[in-house]
Amino acid sequence: MKHRILIVDDEPNIVMSLEYAFKKKGFEVFIARDGSEALTILKDNIPDIVLLDIMMPNVDGYQTLKHIKNTASLETTKVVFLTAKNKASDVEKGLKLGADKYLIKPFSVKKIVSEILELVT
Amino acid sequence: MNNYALIIIIVSYLAMLFYVAFLAEKRKKSKWVNNPYVYTLSLAVYCSAWTYYGSVGIAANSGIDFLPIYIGPVIAAPLWIIVLRKVIRISNQNKISSIADFISLRYGNNRFLGALVTVICLFGTLPYISLQLKAVSETFEIMADHTSYVSTNILDDSTFYVALLLAIFATFFGTQNADASEKHTGIIASVAFESILKLVFFLIIGIYITFYLFDGTTDIYNQISILDNFKELTSLNGLEDGFNWLFLISLSFMAIFLLPRQFQVSVLENNREKYLKKAIWLFPLYLLLFNVFVIFIAWAGKLTFGGDVNSEYYTLLLPLENGNSFLATLVFLGGFSAVISMVVVSTLALSIMVSNNLIIPYGFLDKFIKNQPERNAKYIKNIRRISIFTIIIIAYFFYILFSKQLSLYSIGLISFVIIAQLAPSFFIGLFWNRGSSKGAIIGIIVGFCITFYTLILPFTLVAYTGTDTFTQLGFNGIEALKPHALFGIDFLSAPAHAFFWSMLFNLLCYLIFSIITKGNYRERNYAEMFVDSNNFKALQDSALVWKGEAYVADIKSVLVRFLGEQKASRALRLFFTKYKLPLDTQLADARLINFSEKLLTGSIGSASAKILIAKVVKEEQISLIEVLRILEESKENIVSNKLLLEKSDELSQLSSKLKDANKELVVKDKQKDEFLDTVAHELKTPITGIRAATELLMDDEDDMPKEIKKQFLSNILQDSDRLGRLINNILDFEKLETGRLSLDLTYLDIHETIKKAIANTQHIAAKKGITLKLNNVYRFKLDYDEDRILQVLMNLISNAIKFCESDIGIIEVDYILGNNELEISVSDNGKGVPNEDIDYIFDKFYQSQHQNTIKPEGSGLGLAITKQIVEKHNGKIWVDRTKKTGAKFVFTLPIS
Repeated sequence: MKHRILIVDDEPNIVMSLEYAFKKKGFEVFIARDGSEALTILKDNIPDIVLLDIMMPNVDGYQTLKHIKNTASLETTKVVFLTAKNKASDVEKGLKLGADKYLIKPFSVKKIVSEILELVT
Repeated sequence: MNNYALIIIIVSYLAMLFYVAFLAEKRKKSKWVNNPYVYTLSLAVYCSAWTYYGSVGIAANSGIDFLPIYIGPVIAAPLWIIVLRKVIRISNQNKISSIADFISLRYGNNRFLGALVTVICLFGTLPYISLQLKAVSETFEIMADHTSYVSTNILDDSTFYVALLLAIFATFFGTQNADASEKHTGIIASVAFESILKLVFFLIIGIYITFYLFDGTTDIYNQISILDNFKELTSLNGLEDGFNWLFLISLSFMAIFLLPRQFQVSVLENNREKYLKKAIWLFPLYLLLFNVFVIFIAWAGKLTFGGDVNSEYYTLLLPLENGNSFLATLVFLGGFSAVISMVVVSTLALSIMVSNNLIIPYGFLDKFIKNQPERNAKYIKNIRRISIFTIIIIAYFFYILFSKQLSLYSIGLISFVIIAQLAPSFFIGLFWNRGSSKGAIIGIIVGFCITFYTLILPFTLVAYTGTDTFTQLGFNGIEALKPHALFGIDFLSAPAHAFFWSMLFNLLCYLIFSIITKGNYRERNYAEMFVDSNNFKALQDSALVWKGEAYVADIKSVLVRFLGEQKASRALRLFFTKYKLPLDTQLADARLINFSEKLLTGSIGSASAKILIAKVVKEEQISLIEVLRILEESKENIVSNKLLLEKSDELSQLSSKLKDANKELVVKDKQKDEFLDTVAHELKTPITGIRAATELLMDDEDDMPKEIKKQFLSNILQDSDRLGRLINNILDFEKLETGRLSLDLTYLDIHETIKKAIANTQHIAAKKGITLKLNNVYRFKLDYDEDRILQVLMNLISNAIKFCESDIGIIEVDYILGNNELEISVSDNGKGVPNEDIDYIFDKFYQSQHQNTIKPEGSGLGLAITKQIVEKHNGKIWVDRTKKTGAKFVFTLPIS
């Protein structure tokens, strides 16, 4: 079965690279430009992984994570933060809120892909 | 004994006393008259004819009841060290001349209080003096042995002449000096001399009766103890008698301080405080010796005469009965000594009170102001002389009218109860600074009224009408108002009963009115001084708080009236030297006012002195708070504390300023941190994009579609541009914010600059199909930095492009000449700026929650930089809120 991933980020250039890399690994990829778009997609789809930026307009990453955690149907969905916020306190906060992984920008695409694969298999 | 022989003895005895007094007066400084023994013996003025004759009478009739009157003073003696020393110290410092002066000064020089105390003392002392005259008269008759003789008129009565002689003696030695606070060495020496005589003579007769007429004390005891009522006479009779004793002891305890003659000898005539140390044991010893033989003389008399004669005169009658007229004469002279000292000292004390607290302050002050100094001194002396004579004559008539019926003992106790009314204001006032003049006055009046009703009125009625219906039935026949049994308390003797009720209400009134009223500043001032006399000793003249204006010349003229030119000048010179003031000082200060009042107090009393000085002084009222503040300051030198307080105030102000500055720094620091965080984040975003795309291209195994490869390369280019822009913006912003950017102002046409800006942004607008318009053709030249204003215009235009919808977007740049400024606007037909964003839109890195643009183009610094540039030109920038559709940014450039 195909792994399903939702990439949530307001930077189209970054999203484009990630989309290409995950598709190449055989993932079914969903794209959202901010939290509210992500929530709309999550209504109809249950991805295995949500790759989530934090600093976004409208609904930010924290709020999106909270929503996922509060939705019963999304119980199995894993959430990974991918953000430029790299302070120790930020990392701690992200994990405390229930993220499965906290990855930092700028990143190596190979590494991101292997981290995600680790989670889904 | 022959009448004339007796008179010759009396006259020669008096002459001897005159001589003793005269010698003492002449050698005022001699050790013979200035020593603790003379002082202690003068205190024995307490033992008057009442002691000398009355005690024996009481002992004969009521057993040991004569004792409480001596137990009181014995208990009081040890307390002299505390109480009397304080009173002496205060009196010396303030030149007090009587107990009336003392009490009136304590309550702020209260004139009325001084007069009231004087009246109380008159009421308390006049009957007492008449009691002495009665003793003289009766003993004279016993000695002269013509019991049938009854004086028919005054001129025929020997007592009248004795009284006159005593008046002359008191006048001569009592009014040597107009200043009553000067010591009366002559009188004191004679009193001490008399104290020795009366004790020695009394002891001689005691020994004579006990060991010569009888066979020692055991013999008398054995004989008397077989009488029926012996037990009753020698023991206390239950609780009621106990109360009687208690009250009588309290009464005499107070009397030893308050009796005018005791105050005179113990306080006013005291030369050194240390004399008290000897007096506190020597005086009780004197009283003990005086009382040793009393009971035996009484019993001996009773055994000899039964109940037939007046038991008060057993000491005279016993030797006479046994034919020893020499001893009888000695006893007579001893009694006479007791009388003389009591009468002389009492009238002296009273005359000073009457003149200084009654006559002078109530009528003679104005006269004094006009008079010559020598005449004033003479006037004062004359007032006192007349007072002495008047007092003795009144006492004589009192004796004629009343005392013949009553015993020495009962009149003595009436006097004590009246004088005791001064006790609350005197004793409590010494230790409680809240005691007020109102409390003192009301307490004394109420106490006196009760004494009058319970003691004086029944006594007078009995003496006049000869019946005691008033005593038996009470006022209007009301049981509860029986004068000797108020509200059913009927077990006490009349004086104890009167003392109990009057003292109870006196005390209550004093306490209550002191608590509910506050005296004026002067009163509080003196109260503080009396209560805290030790602390104020060092301050002396400056202890008085006073605020006002007075000239030294005016004060001096008042002093001259009473002291004479020479004395007044000398006193002022001493004063100025003491305080190191120039001799020609013009304005008087509080110390001089106080000093002058004290100088006059001795002559005319403190109340009058205050009034006189006040006449030449413009005194300002000081609020109580002010007084307390000044007192506090002088007491504790708070001045330095205050300075410290101010300094610490300054310091705390400084530290709070520092705190504020620090807070500001912390805020700035935090802002700087946030700014750096945001900058880092903004820089990381394109780098992330570049890094990811580059990695994918590098790892490409030739399976990447061509158009995607191209897209990645174009993304890299885009992100690189974004990075470059961002870096430029950050540098610009940093330069503008720190003020390091200097403008290159040139006089140019704004129309041309706007055209340039439109040309530079045209290609981006064209991509989105947006129209850029500049309809204004008016040319206007002004000073500005063209590069920077271009930056502003392009920022605003590209912002507008971002928020305009493709193809239908129209952006218009316009300008209009305003008041001393050029107003340039960039408006669009896009979705406009949400109201909640308008206030923050020019902040750095502000991202609207409603923003929904394609990311790579913004840096988050554009509008912040725009604002900085405009403000650097002394212009303003804002969002026009009136525009309904689309956004309108307006900025101004000043026209210099």
